[in-house]
Amino acid sequence: MLLIHCPYCEDDRPELEFSHAGQAHIVRPTDMDGLSDEEFEAMFFIRDNPKGIILERWRHSMGCGRFLNAVRHTVTDKFLKTYKAGQPRPTDKDIEDLLK
Amino acid sequence: MTKSSSQPYRIKGAGTLSRARTVQFTFDGKSYEGLEGDTLASALLANGVHLMGRSFKYHRPRGVMSAGVEEPSALMNITRDNARTNPNVRASVQELYDGMKAESQNRFPSLSFDVGAVNSLLSPAFVAGFYYKTFKWPAKAWDKLYEPFIRRAAGLGESPTEEDPDRYSNRFAHCDVLIIGGGAAGLMAAKTAAAKKQSVIICDENPKMGGWLLADSDVRIDGKSGAQWAADTVAELQAMDNVRVLTRTTGFGYFQQNMVALNERVTDHLSRPDPDLPRERMWQVRAKKVVIAQGSIERHMVFSGNDRPGVVLAGAAQMWLNQHGVAVGHTVGVYAACDTGYAAAFDLYEAGVNVAAIIDHRAEVSEDLLDQAKTHGIEVHTNANITSTSGRLRINGMTVETSNGETKEFEVDALLMAGGWTPSLHLSSQSRAKPAWDEATQRFLPGVSPQDCVNIGGCNGLDDLDAVFAEAIKAVGGKKTKIEITDDVSTAGGAIGIVGPEEHKGKAFVDFQNDVTAKDIKLAVREGMHSIEHVKRYTTNGMATDQGKLSNMHGLAIAAKLLGKSIPEVGLTTFRAPYTPTTFGSFVGHDRGSLFDPNRKTPIHDWAVEQGATFEPVSLWQRAWYFPKGDEDMHSAVDRECQTVRKAAGVFDASTLGKIEVVGPDAAAFMDKMYTNGWSKLKAGRAKYGIMCREDGFIYDDGVVGKLSDTRFHVTTTTGGAPRVLNHMEDYLQTEFPDMQVWLTSTTEQWATIAVQGPKAREIIEPLVSGANISDEKFPHMSVIECKVCGVPARLFRISFTGELGFEINVPAGYGRAVWEAVWDRAEPMGACAYGTEAMHVLRAEKGYIIVGQDTDGTVTPHDADLSWAVAKSKPDYVGKRGLQRPDLVADGRRQLVGLKTKDPNKVLEEGAQIVRDPEQAIPMKMIGFVTSSYWSGTLGQSIAMAVVEDGFNMMGKSLYVPMPDETIEVEVTGTVFYDPKGEKLNG
Amino acid sequence: MADSITAERREIVAGFKFANNAVSIEAAPAASRTNLRATTAGAKSFGKSISLELPTIMHETASKAGRHALKLGPDEWLLIDTKNINDSMVPRLANKNFSAVDISHRNCAFVISGAGAANTLNTACPRDLSLAAFPVGTCSRTLFGKAEVVLYRTAKDTFRLECWRTFATYVRDYLMDGAKDAHI
Ligand SMILES: [Zn+2]
Repeated sequence: MLLIHCPYCEDDRPELEFSHAGQAHIVRPTDMDGLSDEEFEAMFFIRDNPKGIILERWRHSMGCGRFLNAVRHTVTDKFLKTYKAGQPRPTDKDIEDLLK
Repeated sequence: MTKSSSQPYRIKGAGTLSRARTVQFTFDGKSYEGLEGDTLASALLANGVHLMGRSFKYHRPRGVMSAGVEEPSALMNITRDNARTNPNVRASVQELYDGMKAESQNRFPSLSFDVGAVNSLLSPAFVAGFYYKTFKWPAKAWDKLYEPFIRRAAGLGESPTEEDPDRYSNRFAHCDVLIIGGGAAGLMAAKTAAAKKQSVIICDENPKMGGWLLADSDVRIDGKSGAQWAADTVAELQAMDNVRVLTRTTGFGYFQQNMVALNERVTDHLSRPDPDLPRERMWQVRAKKVVIAQGSIERHMVFSGNDRPGVVLAGAAQMWLNQHGVAVGHTVGVYAACDTGYAAAFDLYEAGVNVAAIIDHRAEVSEDLLDQAKTHGIEVHTNANITSTSGRLRINGMTVETSNGETKEFEVDALLMAGGWTPSLHLSSQSRAKPAWDEATQRFLPGVSPQDCVNIGGCNGLDDLDAVFAEAIKAVGGKKTKIEITDDVSTAGGAIGIVGPEEHKGKAFVDFQNDVTAKDIKLAVREGMHSIEHVKRYTTNGMATDQGKLSNMHGLAIAAKLLGKSIPEVGLTTFRAPYTPTTFGSFVGHDRGSLFDPNRKTPIHDWAVEQGATFEPVSLWQRAWYFPKGDEDMHSAVDRECQTVRKAAGVFDASTLGKIEVVGPDAAAFMDKMYTNGWSKLKAGRAKYGIMCREDGFIYDDGVVGKLSDTRFHVTTTTGGAPRVLNHMEDYLQTEFPDMQVWLTSTTEQWATIAVQGPKAREIIEPLVSGANISDEKFPHMSVIECKVCGVPARLFRISFTGELGFEINVPAGYGRAVWEAVWDRAEPMGACAYGTEAMHVLRAEKGYIIVGQDTDGTVTPHDADLSWAVAKSKPDYVGKRGLQRPDLVADGRRQLVGLKTKDPNKVLEEGAQIVRDPEQAIPMKMIGFVTSSYWSGTLGQSIAMAVVEDGFNMMGKSLYVPMPDETIEVEVTGTVFYDPKGEKLNG
Repeated sequence: MADSITAERREIVAGFKFANNAVSIEAAPAASRTNLRATTAGAKSFGKSISLELPTIMHETASKAGRHALKLGPDEWLLIDTKNINDSMVPRLANKNFSAVDISHRNCAFVISGAGAANTLNTACPRDLSLAAFPVGTCSRTLFGKAEVVLYRTAKDTFRLECWRTFATYVRDYLMDGAKDAHI
């Protein structure tokens, strides 16, 4: 069972309180009608499945109820960082620093 | 040697058990006496019983080999009663209790004469890869031949035949330091951490802490015996508030972020356990720091005839002597590759046992040990090996090849093996540390863990107590203290792989439980298994219930030698949880019976029970299914309920409907985004049917939504859909539309919902309602009002899921039962009935109202479901709008929801049945759809069904076919509204 | 029909009491409850309307005259009034800065107290309930077995547990099973 730091609760909480919510930083376009079929496919269906760093969403559903973002390593399951929904995606440099 | 008469191998003055406390037990039906504090193995040994089981493949006679969890051979069935039969219990660790019934396993008809032992004669047929080579084709043979054979042959224990009556419990715990292992290292770490006021949990799998201090008779710590020092330290720890001492508790799994699972065995050692005690307790511990002090496990020696009963580990013999006061024999031989073999030999000698000879595999042995042996008059052969042993059900002799090639025979009734010590890396490896090979000492040591954990003592490769204590203190940040230690024997050195002649005449066992010999390992390598993981699976080495605690290093060394590779190059097999076999009960814990899942019941549930309703589970809810009267069966009850609703009225408990309150200035704008239709223009006081799609355009949920005010909506969802719909809405609100000023609250359980449906519905409820005019003009179909019912604040809907005049009364749940009864008191005399979910289903199907999840399956769009009227055309955006424009979703020929009428009106279709266009076509037929809902409609006097059918909207009036195993049913495609197609009844 | 209430309010586990040597578990009496979702300004103005200043720090609580405010999320408070149990705290007029929803009947509560209270909860709640990690006056939504619950520590060895109505019997039975080991 993982411990996940909730950026809203500002505390580490047991994984049992959370639910996974898919890949992070996929923004729903304000002009959905303007999407081509290919763009819609990329937005809705296509997801990363990396061995290594993944940016993903969790919801502290049995806690504060907020959706949050996480940088997790899929091999070690280690959470390198969690941050509030809406905050900018960490840069490659940020992630490199986290891995140090 | 002074013997006790009933326990001839019990030695007076030896061990720590009280002579006074004797207990009775039976083994294979024969009665024996033992002492309280014995293990089953030590008690049997005290009675001179070494033969305790038969091996798995060859059914060879086997005795107990170890005094710990690594035991491969002495596995027992311990029975309390029919429901409490425990297979594969290790006699080496099972504590004896009065009245214990133990049975050996894997033997027929008796342990000393076993028919299966003929397998031993056929052993060339049972070589490595036997299973892979033999049980292949034909596939049919698996059911009838191979599997039953394997199951019978694999006769390791029998499962109980009755449900487990015991309780199991669980505890989540947190601490600063978790210490796994209560030997010298663990106790010192606990003492040090506790003194620093840290919260400490220390666990040990044995009933007494102390580890090998309990077996070592010579060691002195600060002037005390090792056992005394351990006992005093435990007492000190137990007296402290910040320390939890858990004995009989195994740390069996190490998970992420210092989550360690412990299994505490609470009652398995008790004669008559208190029924309130759990049999086992699972501890899920989250520790800031984990200290692993698992110790090390003594290895056996791989030589021909190493599996006869009476051949035991030297450390085990020492434990039985110094802890239990039991000698393993009258005349013992010792086969050593490590100094600890001498310590065991000297202890036995001093207890009066004859030591025939110490055969030391090593050429170089310390002068001190040789001098001591000389003093005791014990014959020592260095650079010598045992080449074979003799004896059928117990060892009676050993043949030795001395350093100058001479052969010597010795008569012995027990043989001690001291092959050296393997550090236990199980938990360290589970913490994801990679084992590191130490060339100098020829063993794997714990690598660096990515977690905050540290290994100390024997499991970290330390051989001397001085160093162990220093490391333990340092591990928890303590200050170095001076501790007086004397007479400590080094555990360094040893042998791995085959000792003595490379080719043995007889069988040199590597894995005793699975009967894997040195030869099998070699054969596997020769047959191309070059990875240790392949060797393991091909030979089954290390795959038995002991998971290769004794065998893995030997197997690895043999394979490495033959492959011409170094041991680290070949590598270890993966260590996986659990460290030792753990009961299913322990994992299940409390979560069984009524605690398996919450059983959700509406406020009106008990009333329905009193009325004799039959219930059906819907997600976690129990819902009244139908209300049979007299000796009515389901069919007639449902028929009556449906027709009563249509003719008079019915009262239905709809409390399970999901409810969400959407409140805020942007409530309507948010609803516009979440549902396919429009909400901004809806007037307060009106209600509307809404469809919620996912972004892909498929129906996700539906329900009626009431607009209470411009800023407040009362949303209903399907019964099972409430949590995911709320999650879906929260997701969009928090992450896509965070600027919207609107909030969501689940109100499913705030309201009891009473549906009153039928021509007399208004007449029934009108007198109970205050603060609202519910006439057809003032309160038309699809209206909502906040008023009072029976004086209770209520939300009243004019709404219908039956096609009849209908109302749904929402009152706070605590008033649900009382308001229901008030409604019922009026309804019943007017000829109305209470109806259940089955009638509800029929009534809605007669009207073609869909049920999400039954008539839709996640690939149905609102258009497919003939609900285009509920999809706004002009709204700029809503979730699913873009998805609905995808080429596949607008293409012709999609599966569409239609009605079906069977040609024979009495034939009711099966839900899920497949539909074809031409029943004469060749098999496999092309199926063009399937039945989603199907019922007998008593009102219409015929069967009705809904189905999704390719291009269904263009097939009205056409015949299709439903092939069933015994017949093909012809159906006609129709619209989905079977009853009152103009909807006149709604407006009564 | 008169406006006065003629129906009886029934609590799901009314009157439930259990005790052993380590822990006592009781059903809390009926209460009035409100779920408040609000902006900072909204929380202030709602607090004024019920004469209780709402806590602004996550997991803190405020109490006054039988009213308790529990801050469960960044914009979420659970309000419990144990005195005026049949009066709604939802203001008549809508306010654009908050959503107040009456959930008096959605929840019910247990009071778990005694030296074994935390142990009993830790049977099925994975949270660290030591005084250091979960001090008196702290609240949090979490889970107990398969039930979503809100825990509120009202004293060193006393917790109030709020759960949804239909989970009450499950929670009650689970607590009683856990209580058997509470002394350990
Ligand atoms: Zn949180």
